[in-house]
Amino acid sequence: MSYSDWLIQLAQTALVLGTAPLLSGVTRKIRARLLRRQGASVLQPYRDLLKLIRKEAVVAGNASWLFRAAPYLIFATTWVAAALVPTFASGLPLGAVADIIVIVALLGTARFLLALAGLDVGTSFGGLGSSREMLFASLAEPAMLMAVFTLSLFAGSTQLSSISAYMLGPGAGVNISLALALVALIIVSIGENARIPVDNPATHLELTMIHEAMILEYSGRHLAVLEAAAAVKLLLYLSLIACVFTPWGTAVAGAGALAYAAGLLAWAVKLALLAFLLVLFETAIAKMRVFRVPEFLGIALMLGLLGTILLFVSKVSR
Amino acid sequence: MSPLDSDIAHLLAGSMVLLSFLLLYQDRMFALLNVFAFHAFALAGSVAWQAYLQRAPHLFITALIALLFKGVIIPVALRRIVVRLGIHRSIETVVSIGPTMLFGIALVGLSIVVMLPVTQAEGPFVREDLAFALSVVLLGFLMMVTRRNAVSQVIGFMSLENGLVLAASGARGMPLVVEISVGFSVLIAFMVISIFLFRIRERFDTVDLQALDMSRGEAL
Amino acid sequence: MSQLAASGVGLLLALSVLGIFAARRALGTRLVYAACAAVCAALAGVALLGLLAPGAGLESVEIPVGLPLGRTVLGLDPLSAAFAVIVNLAAAIVSGYAIGYGAHAREPLRVVPFYPAFIAGMNLVLLAQDAFSFLVGWELMSLASWALVLSEHRAAENRHAALVYLIMASGGALTLLLAFGLLAGPHGGYSFEAIRRVSSAGVGPIVLLLALLGAGSKAGLVPLHAWLPLAHPAAPSHVSALMSAVMTKVAVYGFVRLVFDLAGPPAWWWSVPVLLIAAVTALLGVLYALMEHDLKRLLAYHTVENIGIIFIGLGLALAFEASGMRAAAALAFAAAIFHVFNHSLFKSLLFMGSGAVLNATGERDMEHLGGLIKAMPVTAVAFLAGCIAISALPPFNGFVSEWLTFQAILLSPQLPQWVARLLVPAVGATLACSAALAAACFVKAFGMSFLGRPRTKAASAAAETDRFSQIAMLLLALLCLLAGILPGFVLDSLGAVTQLAVGERLAPQSAQAWMRIVPVDIHRSAYSGLFVFVMILLAAAATAFVVRRVASHALRRSPAWDCGFPDASPATQYTAGSFAQPIRRVFGSVVFRAREAVAMPKPGDTAVARLQVELHDTVWDALYAPIIRLVAATAERLNRMQFLTIRNYLTLVFAALVALLIIVGTWR
Repeated sequence: MSYSDWLIQLAQTALVLGTAPLLSGVTRKIRARLLRRQGASVLQPYRDLLKLIRKEAVVAGNASWLFRAAPYLIFATTWVAAALVPTFASGLPLGAVADIIVIVALLGTARFLLALAGLDVGTSFGGLGSSREMLFASLAEPAMLMAVFTLSLFAGSTQLSSISAYMLGPGAGVNISLALALVALIIVSIGENARIPVDNPATHLELTMIHEAMILEYSGRHLAVLEAAAAVKLLLYLSLIACVFTPWGTAVAGAGALAYAAGLLAWAVKLALLAFLLVLFETAIAKMRVFRVPEFLGIALMLGLLGTILLFVSKVSR
Repeated sequence: MSPLDSDIAHLLAGSMVLLSFLLLYQDRMFALLNVFAFHAFALAGSVAWQAYLQRAPHLFITALIALLFKGVIIPVALRRIVVRLGIHRSIETVVSIGPTMLFGIALVGLSIVVMLPVTQAEGPFVREDLAFALSVVLLGFLMMVTRRNAVSQVIGFMSLENGLVLAASGARGMPLVVEISVGFSVLIAFMVISIFLFRIRERFDTVDLQALDMSRGEAL
Repeated sequence: MSQLAASGVGLLLALSVLGIFAARRALGTRLVYAACAAVCAALAGVALLGLLAPGAGLESVEIPVGLPLGRTVLGLDPLSAAFAVIVNLAAAIVSGYAIGYGAHAREPLRVVPFYPAFIAGMNLVLLAQDAFSFLVGWELMSLASWALVLSEHRAAENRHAALVYLIMASGGALTLLLAFGLLAGPHGGYSFEAIRRVSSAGVGPIVLLLALLGAGSKAGLVPLHAWLPLAHPAAPSHVSALMSAVMTKVAVYGFVRLVFDLAGPPAWWWSVPVLLIAAVTALLGVLYALMEHDLKRLLAYHTVENIGIIFIGLGLALAFEASGMRAAAALAFAAAIFHVFNHSLFKSLLFMGSGAVLNATGERDMEHLGGLIKAMPVTAVAFLAGCIAISALPPFNGFVSEWLTFQAILLSPQLPQWVARLLVPAVGATLACSAALAAACFVKAFGMSFLGRPRTKAASAAAETDRFSQIAMLLLALLCLLAGILPGFVLDSLGAVTQLAVGERLAPQSAQAWMRIVPVDIHRSAYSGLFVFVMILLAAAATAFVVRRVASHALRRSPAWDCGFPDASPATQYTAGSFAQPIRRVFGSVVFRAREAVAMPKPGDTAVARLQVELHDTVWDALYAPIIRLVAATAERLNRMQFLTIRNYLTLVFAALVALLIIVGTWR
């Protein structure tokens, strides 16, 4: 591992953080345009974060230290997880210390802390959010892991860089298991990022809200950190899908400045495209009843499992 | 056969399994009909791809039959029946969706376990196709067993039949005569069932099969 | 080495006798526990030396008691040494906790004498190198723990729990006796060495079945788990910790010893029942735990889940070993033993925490707790660490063993058998599902007990627990973290164990850069807990620093907002029942045949609305209830035998004699 690799890794870590609000700004803009609204500027999330961070934090009287510490820990774990996903360059040093299962588990840690934070003040809405979040997670997390299994069985590795390299190589073809894993991953990303058929990121006063219910008591700098964490999480999922299923253009570590620039451009294009598709899907569909969501996420789990099982057919008979 | 060719065949056959699962998942009548149409499209695509791979022009006819009858005519007809009869638009299940899906996964595993060892002499590609086809057949059966509504049972039956066609097309194609006769038999079955639907509906004012059982004194 | 260990067991037994006299005074109780802690720590140290010493062969001590024909042999081979480390480390810390906690016992005379005997029994099982002393140790462990379960005998439910436990324990011991009898063969060499020499082909499958029944009933495999949630919570909390975290591990040891060591080379299909039972155990265990509102019962059910995870690893190891994939088998086996170690740490920690809560509030029911994080900050921190660890979340240790198990699962496509290959992904999905549900379960456990507002007076009047307990809990929390960020050392010390069990060891790990573990190949997978931990700390610190520099420092305390519905009543909080309701609705309708009925009074009516939830324990209804009915009916019939005339009794004896003679006569 050379120093330049570490430098690129550092740049990538910073990039993830820097562009995450932009991504959520872009999705909001696309959504507004699809609904024939003008929409706020794509830079609005940055302004929101700045505004929140400058405001006074109001904390419920009976909140414990956990309530105040949780945002930072949630943000840190999400950020670390996001730094582990190759964006414009793969084969970076961090890939060799943590694989995709670790990414899933880090997101699990963040979710665990968030659910606890939702329970800390002892309000009915917080409990509602935590309870539902853990229910959905109990289906979404295994679904994600099954999709990961499919990918790892293909590539013979759980490291994202190796998976990405395998997808570029001749070994990967058009395969039903891959398609199933992709669909499962998309469903999980929708569920985990509180997007529309599962949860509504724009709502604040609705009985069906989940993510917003957990962070209802937060304000000021704490809320800003949590919002940033949510944006990073969305970026993570889209980058993950882009890295695995559209590996073209991603630079390999040590490839030189030009390749990095091309990788950066490719990454931006992929992300924009994925964001557009996500929003298109979101605007075309209505929000689900809460108890329909487990079935929706259960489908992802089934697809992941089916993909793994079908993989044995194609792997073995060849 | 190049790897890509077999990959595409695999993808098409696999997507039929996937669509069978979607059929199981649907709880709305019209969505069910739409998914069934897609099921037939996937079948048509799969058979057509086989026709191309095996240089067997008669399979194109099979594909066409699948596309026209099962992909267009039957779903449209069923939709009209549903509208005309005012059948309840949501589907009642006997077993809820989650366990049904789990059972479906187990069935897919079972068909793989059953098919792959007994077809060891065949090429890899035929074996996979047969495993997929058996899965589709079993899932169709599962659907017929776990749904209460007569319309969804019809759909289950026809998706089962799609699985049979898939199996036949993979195994070096079956004679056209057989294919056409199967097609006609399905058509006839379809007509018979729809006539029955009318009659049932006239007599009992519902197509929920449980109501029929009750009138025979079987249920409860 | 073995002499030292054996004398440790002797010391514990002596302490047990001493306990009868010492328990009359509080100081005596404390001293006995302190002595237990010291002896256990020494035993753990001895065992660790035995495990790590290069080329440490089996040296054994013979003790001139036992069966007339056999010899009583005690000794430490790597397998028993590894389990001895795990058992005694946890036992030492639990005993340290008991120095403080044990003082609260109402009837110390019912606890103190049995406690050292319990630990001695477990150690005897581990040290035994022959079937006789193994079974003696096993029975000592069972009976001592049975007495401890019965220590608070005034509650009828505890007596019921003890009865169920006694029945299960004696049944388990019987099956183990049969297993050893089969292994020893007709010529009856009962030392393990002799058993290994005798070819045991043919009896292998039966031994596997008996081991699953005997060790499985002790460990809590579904459907033999029924006694765990009854008996573990009934005992005082430090004993619960030992029973749940340590004794179940001794059962795992019994299974490993019988199946991997003594029963000869496995056939591939052995893994199928093990994997199936393990997967069902993992999933059902966590679902049971989620439905439970009693903190200690929740933890006991959760032990069932973890035993499932351990047996998944063992089942995979069997499958790989039978197919000659020794490296993969070593990985799966090491994952299982790593999880044994982890579970002994965090489950003791969590039981101690629940004991501290029980002491402070007198409540085990989470519906009556809440807000303890402020009254009991140290307990809360330690309990939180345990919750994160048991939910298999990085950077704590539970994640490492689960990660290793997943890595082993991902090697399964290389298995030659169809059934195994299709079964293993399904097992993987079950494992993933139960891990996610475990997180939900411990959000509930921690959130309901420690967060929110106190739901009762008892909860609001709670105070922090004593010093000894705090230190013990923090020590375990630290160990959980250390094992999570430095897993390489643990894996390396398991090398000799996997060598013994599956004939292969993992590549040395502790020399890897960044303390990462690389189970198979660096291009396949790697995990560095230390690095992830440092990264999280750095990221959190950097964020806090930036926020501190940029953000407003103003902080205002105000009433909770709650979407504009502030309500002073703590009753409006989510309860344990309401937290689990969605999960009950999604998973429970099939598994528990859960039904909900809401009785809502008409508008204007001031009657109370009622929500009634009906849950069925399917396993109990399907398996135990019929057996109980059968036994009861038979007992009813046989009861008549108590009132016969002497002539009738004589007739019975005579008939039995004649029948036996006929059998003997016709057998030849």
